[in-house]
Amino acid sequence: MIQVEHMNKTFKVTRRSAGFSEAVKALFHREVELIHALNDISFTIGDGEMVGYIGPNGAGKSSTIKILSGILTPDNGTCMINGRIPWKERKEHVKDIGVVFGQRSQLWWDVPILDSFELLRDIYEIPTHQYQETLDELTGLLSLGELLRTPARQLSLGQRMRCEIAASLLHRPKILFLDEPTIGLDAVSKLAVRDFIRKQNKEHKTTVLLTTHDMQDIDALADRVLLIGRGRLLLDGTLSDLKSHRPKEEATLDEIIAALYRDYRI
Amino acid sequence: MNSTRLYEKYLLIHLKSMMQHKVSFLLTTIGQFLVSFNIFLGVRFMMDRFKEVKGFSYGEVLLCFSITLMAFTIAETIFRSLDTFETIIGNGEFDRILLRPRGSLFLVLCSKIELTRIGRLLQAVVMLIYGIYSSSIIWTPVRIMTVVLMIIGGVAVFAAIFLIFASICFFTLEGLEFMNIFTDGAREYGKYPIGIYGKTLLTICTYLVPFALFQYYPFLYLTGKTSDSWYSLLPLAACLFLIPAGLLWNFGLSRYQSTGS
Repeated sequence: MIQVEHMNKTFKVTRRSAGFSEAVKALFHREVELIHALNDISFTIGDGEMVGYIGPNGAGKSSTIKILSGILTPDNGTCMINGRIPWKERKEHVKDIGVVFGQRSQLWWDVPILDSFELLRDIYEIPTHQYQETLDELTGLLSLGELLRTPARQLSLGQRMRCEIAASLLHRPKILFLDEPTIGLDAVSKLAVRDFIRKQNKEHKTTVLLTTHDMQDIDALADRVLLIGRGRLLLDGTLSDLKSHRPKEEATLDEIIAALYRDYRI
Repeated sequence: MNSTRLYEKYLLIHLKSMMQHKVSFLLTTIGQFLVSFNIFLGVRFMMDRFKEVKGFSYGEVLLCFSITLMAFTIAETIFRSLDTFETIIGNGEFDRILLRPRGSLFLVLCSKIELTRIGRLLQAVVMLIYGIYSSSIIWTPVRIMTVVLMIIGGVAVFAAIFLIFASICFFTLEGLEFMNIFTDGAREYGKYPIGIYGKTLLTICTYLVPFALFQYYPFLYLTGKTSDSWYSLLPLAACLFLIPAGLLWNFGLSRYQSTGS
């Protein structure tokens, strides 16, 4: 159970114009602007739900994920995940969650994937038999097979993403945060990843919170959609709620979202 | 699994990674050896000409240099990740570390174990042995213990400096080159007993950044320039420098802002 109430987060952003003289000026006087990355965000996600978290770049999606996973502390507001405050009981909390950052790897570059996995087993103190069971299952579902004996640097992006997802699930987390898991993947890999996430949700009742710009991800995975823009939560509803905002009859999901962004001026 | 075992696992995976780039490892190791060998030659030519510096003989200077070099090298091998902490923050690796159910500082240390420094460590060992033979020190158990304490104290002081350096990165999100004065600079100055540089520097290195506590004062006892055996325990006082460094780290961690997406 994820409960977020009235959460705020601001960042300081320094700005200056291009050019050397501006750079020198910035040494002495810095223009600081406060950016409201999150502005009074509240939502609740029940166990076993699959939620799509969408919004334009810079809307605050990653900040939310970082707060929910205990990396960042919000300015105020409350957040309870399975009875814990993420950033206060970080070590206990992170045992319950798996996080995939689509643009960042957690695998060791130069050693076979299996070595990375075994290190994770030791970090999370996963019992050997449970580790083996989970690994076998993930290997089957994500068809890792030979990949496990290949160094990460020699894998294609799609192969690596499958390994990343497996790495995040080795400790059997109850909640899975996916930050753009299908970014840059080809059609086959995308379908494989989506298919796997759906199965994981169905069989293990894993709660999934997914950020993406790929509307087909949302279509395929999310029962419920949260739309965020400029740090505000604009829409919390089902996929059909989202679709009811369609500007014209035959609009694709992308067009609906674009129309929504326009309507809300984000 | 306890932290020591986990550290061993990390060490093993670093070794495996390194073996993928054997030539690079070998060349870096040789490079590290040659750089400090150069410094050694500098000392050697200087001492050939002047025989002694403020009452310290060639053998004694060599001993002092080797202890400083060894402390620095051990510290750099283990705490190198703190020296390059701005990249760990910048590329999001630190976010990943915070997602693990372990101490964040411990995992930062695990993320980089600089084994190429073994070239320099080797030289420090050779010089230490040579220094022990060529200085006219009469070796007693207390004196041997003093050398060990000096090395431990030195590692602690350098570790603390690296830790302060990393803690500052929490606020600036980038490295500060001037901090190298205290690490690489100290290694350079540390070839000679710090007392020879004059009173001002000695005061700074006693009360502000306690280099002299592990290097100069116990060395006076080691070479018999003072009979006050309390001097041999001063390296332990130098270890206290880790406390403010640790507090600064915790303060920085609580203000961590992360970067980008």
